[in-house]
Amino acid sequence: MLEIKNLVVQIEDNRILNGLNLTVNDGEVAAIMGPNGSGKSTLSYVIAGKEDYEVLDGEILLDGQNVLEMAADERAAAGIFLAFQYPLEIPGVGTMTFLKACLNAQRKARGEDELSTPEFIRAVNGAADKLEINKEMLKRALNVGFSGGEKKRMEILQMALLQPKFCVLDETDSGLDIDALRIVSEGVNALRAQGRSFLVITHYQRLLNHIVPDTVHVMSKGQIVKTGGKELALELEASGYAEYRTSEAA
Amino acid sequence: MADVTNLRSPAEAGLSKLFESSRAAFASEQAISREEAFRFFEATGLPSRRVEAFKYTDLRAAITEAAPPAEAPSEDAAKAAVAGATGFHEVEAARLTFVNGHLVAALSDLDRLPEGVTVTPLNEAMGKGDARLKLLAPVEQVRENPVYQLNTAFLADGALISVAAGAKPATPIHLRFVGTGATSFSTATRVLVDLGAGAEFFLLESHEGPSGLIYQPNDALDVHIGEEAALRHSRINREGDAAIALSTLSVRLDARAQLETVNLVTGAKLSRHQLYLHIAGEDANAVVNGAALLGDGQLADSTLLADHAATGGVGREMFKTVIDGEATGVFQGKIIVRQGAQQTDGKMKSDCLLLKDEGQMMNKPELEIFADDVACGHGATCGAPDDELLFYLMARGLPRATAESLLVQAFVGEAVEAVTHEGAREALIGGIEAWLKARG
Repeated sequence: MLEIKNLVVQIEDNRILNGLNLTVNDGEVAAIMGPNGSGKSTLSYVIAGKEDYEVLDGEILLDGQNVLEMAADERAAAGIFLAFQYPLEIPGVGTMTFLKACLNAQRKARGEDELSTPEFIRAVNGAADKLEINKEMLKRALNVGFSGGEKKRMEILQMALLQPKFCVLDETDSGLDIDALRIVSEGVNALRAQGRSFLVITHYQRLLNHIVPDTVHVMSKGQIVKTGGKELALELEASGYAEYRTSEAA
Repeated sequence: MADVTNLRSPAEAGLSKLFESSRAAFASEQAISREEAFRFFEATGLPSRRVEAFKYTDLRAAITEAAPPAEAPSEDAAKAAVAGATGFHEVEAARLTFVNGHLVAALSDLDRLPEGVTVTPLNEAMGKGDARLKLLAPVEQVRENPVYQLNTAFLADGALISVAAGAKPATPIHLRFVGTGATSFSTATRVLVDLGAGAEFFLLESHEGPSGLIYQPNDALDVHIGEEAALRHSRINREGDAAIALSTLSVRLDARAQLETVNLVTGAKLSRHQLYLHIAGEDANAVVNGAALLGDGQLADSTLLADHAATGGVGREMFKTVIDGEATGVFQGKIIVRQGAQQTDGKMKSDCLLLKDEGQMMNKPELEIFADDVACGHGATCGAPDDELLFYLMARGLPRATAESLLVQAFVGEAVEAVTHEGAREALIGGIEAWLKARG
């Protein structure tokens, strides 16, 4: 599904990713854990196509196609989805208008017909019910005045509607209370399927109790330094990241 | 002291000549002090950037020749011109159509006016010395304005609209101004709107004309809003791309009167929309919004003066400018709070979105406050579309141009979403969408 080979990335002369290699198979849920500053969020942005980063070397292949040559919107149409750590508020853009514009832009890019309004509303309402998203929220401007938990649920709603192939969840658990964490996790679990893979970025093992990963990777200084099964997350929770920090600059 | 000779520009000399030669044709000048207005104008001439109020909009440099006043068009020419007019054309309204500054009865709904509304052509009103003419120039400062003086001096046509006390017609009146012609011309119109106590009235105003032709419309709208009455006014400037479009809205608000006015500018090479408000009665409320969407070579100026002379007045002024190319936006806003105007609450804001680096925005806010118990503020911002927001939208599959359009719509939309009349609001939003589409 997704294969990252020797990825070297810098921003303003700061090297963030140092020859990172990672493979996520079809249907797999891979977790990436690591200390602050290890490059986890950078990795998520580079996969999604943020332009601030300079890719010096390497490839990101989605089903064999190098996505580094694509703009962010083209990657989205190809099936990459990033659930943001801090979803942005967009005053003046109605949530429904936004959702419809995104869905139809992706369909158009894939050469599919636009969804009719009744079909669209049915799809949104169905997804919103599962995520316990209030209909009033859908009438407001995108993310404006939403709580942290509401914003994260809105991210998962978008994921459910857009049906991406490869989902990156960037610290989706940050700022969530226990109930919101459960709702968001259930939303993600419902989307687990053959033909769809996940990269779950988190600091804490807590999220991985709800979204149980197939593989766990530890990231440090812009590289994957250890890979294991779900038990690796438990080990990290017990021992901390000290072992992976020792050689880091102060 | 040495003698200073004021060198007149060819346009100024031309205007004097035109004024002299047109004098005989003007109707009853007494009622509007045409002579006096022109003498005042002649003394100062076309304002250049040395005149503070015109610092960013140099009319002396922009108006290089005095365009002759347009004659009334033939009915066929008027019909042809109006056929292509699109400003507010989908909104159900009683229309008053002005072609080249002349009221065309055959294209107007003078016999199908909303209940409680009367319309008198200006020349008829001047001919019989209509008592309402004393309501003209409802704000003291507007009389000293050279653009308004020129309008008075060359005034050719217009209308007096009265809304009876307590009348609340649901159907708006649409002032439809259309320009047409093959050679350069100027127009000067004046419309007076008088709202009786407790009346509520919707007024639409659209301005359109041919591209590629230098023409100079100068339109003035004088308004008196009686006690507890409300005027809701939406205006579209979609003038041709070489037009120099000057306009003035002056409003007197009596006690508890309400004004809502929005001006959307996409047209004209140079436009200057002047707003004069006189808060004459207590607890009056004014919402004054503007949106300008500009491309290469355009200049759009919004100049506002809000004179609070009574207690408890509320003013909310919001101006949004989007600049896509080598264009200039100008906002000048002045709030005066007189000594007795305690508890005035005035907020003025001008925001600019620069889509390309070549654009420029000039903001000049001024506050003159003589009362001690007031809340007044102003703010101005200017910047490019937020990269983080663009990335967020693109990461959801929106191509860059679509994402940028969505952000522009959201930015400008704030200035038009307050419009009460649904049809007018939709037409304004449609105007914004059309501009974005044309931009590609």
